[in-house]
Amino acid sequence: MSETISFRQEVANLLYASEGEPLNTCIQCGTCSGTCPVAPYMDYTPRQIIAMINQGMKEQVLESNTFWYCASCYHCTVRCPQDINITDLMYALKRYSIWKGQHKEGLIGPTFSEAFVKMIVRTGRSFEPVLAPSYIFSFGMRELLLEVQGATELLLKGRLPLLPSRIKRLDNFKRMLGRIIPMGGLE
Amino acid sequence: MKKEFAYFPGCSLEKMAISYHMSAIETTKKLGVHLKELEDWNCCGATTYSYIDELLAYTLSARNLAIAEQTGLDVVAPCSACYKNMYFTAAHLKKDPDLAEHINFALEEDNLHFTGSVGVKHLIEVFAYDIGPEELKSKVVKPLTGLRIAPYYGCQIVRPQKDHEDVELPQFFEEILSAIGATPVNYPLKMRCCGGSLIISSRPAALSMVRNLLQCAVDSQADVVATACPMCQVNLEVYQQQVNQEFGTNFSVPIMYFTQLIGLALGIPQKKLGIGKEFVAATPALLRLEQAGAAPDQETKE
Repeated sequence: MSETISFRQEVANLLYASEGEPLNTCIQCGTCSGTCPVAPYMDYTPRQIIAMINQGMKEQVLESNTFWYCASCYHCTVRCPQDINITDLMYALKRYSIWKGQHKEGLIGPTFSEAFVKMIVRTGRSFEPVLAPSYIFSFGMRELLLEVQGATELLLKGRLPLLPSRIKRLDNFKRMLGRIIPMGGLE
Repeated sequence: MKKEFAYFPGCSLEKMAISYHMSAIETTKKLGVHLKELEDWNCCGATTYSYIDELLAYTLSARNLAIAEQTGLDVVAPCSACYKNMYFTAAHLKKDPDLAEHINFALEEDNLHFTGSVGVKHLIEVFAYDIGPEELKSKVVKPLTGLRIAPYYGCQIVRPQKDHEDVELPQFFEEILSAIGATPVNYPLKMRCCGGSLIISSRPAALSMVRNLLQCAVDSQADVVATACPMCQVNLEVYQQQVNQEFGTNFSVPIMYFTQLIGLALGIPQKKLGIGKEFVAATPALLRLEQAGAAPDQETKE
């Protein structure tokens, strides 16, 4: 006998250290949406997303760009009168959508984050040039040229690394991460 | 009294924000604070790690925290994102013994253990609280008199809220700028976000956020925007040209690390502070300062 849990419950379970059910306490005041600097670019504002989760509108939530457009600035979070960590909620939705492999088409966020994680797993440090392929192909010609121009200037100013930096105890590091998640898919 | 901290530079400071690293080391040295770089540190996970897996993100920061604990010193991060990740990882692990046990099981592979003894600070807090404006002021040899500076706090120094700090209108950045003789301007967007990694993933949104911040600096008649985060610096500076192309604006606002400005006031040569590596030259603003009679060091100017 299997019990199905609601979308709202699934999302709530993904919020680390969420005491009680924070989404339940939302009073739909809209302080988050009024504060969010990216709200004008989102399909639905943070307030709307919370209402949609509470209504179980799973497909519409997952197909929206809202949480992928969250810049993690925590401005909504420090202002929420109900102390809901809305930024963490956006993180939770990102993880949920990556795990389920379901997100709005054409977004750079999901592929970029996966490329970033793979890079860190390999070397322990960030090296910008290996990340470029995860987003550069989605750019138009003009954006591409601007990106190349910017990178060239960084290089000339001595601000772009040519070789990846890596940590010394890389073997230990990889075994350490292997104790947290199965590494098969990431290496 | 000699102060010492473990220092976690983070990936950006290796290259992209090398001038932040240089000026952090030079200024702290001058003020009698020793920053001891963490041995074999790894990436903090930035924001993207949390997008994929929360435990993985905690593990990355926990390794750095555990290495810091071996030194017996508090750890300092100059990057706001690294700082936030380390601070909250330490807080969560201390609050949740099950989580700590799980992460410590992983850390065993690198012969490390997190106990919770380490304190985490942002570099600007070292200047604001450990050194303090009074002490800083007493060491100034070339006050930046007349230089109008916008104190840009950005997001993750004070957010999410930690204790009872002022998250709406903090003043510690202004106090630092006043201590070095500069004029901190009223910068209404000082707590707003630069867009962070949206500059890659959602560029139109990020460019408009950067435009607003630059416009606000111009409206505040700031000569320079001072920042305490490599991400903010790159977004506001490296993408300034793209903002101009996108919106038909004509911004030319120098974006400097607060440590570079402190360094100038302490009489450290510009080259040692990494001045000259910026896209929007800081030199015109600094020259005006020179002409006004309060000369920062010009010897190393090309």
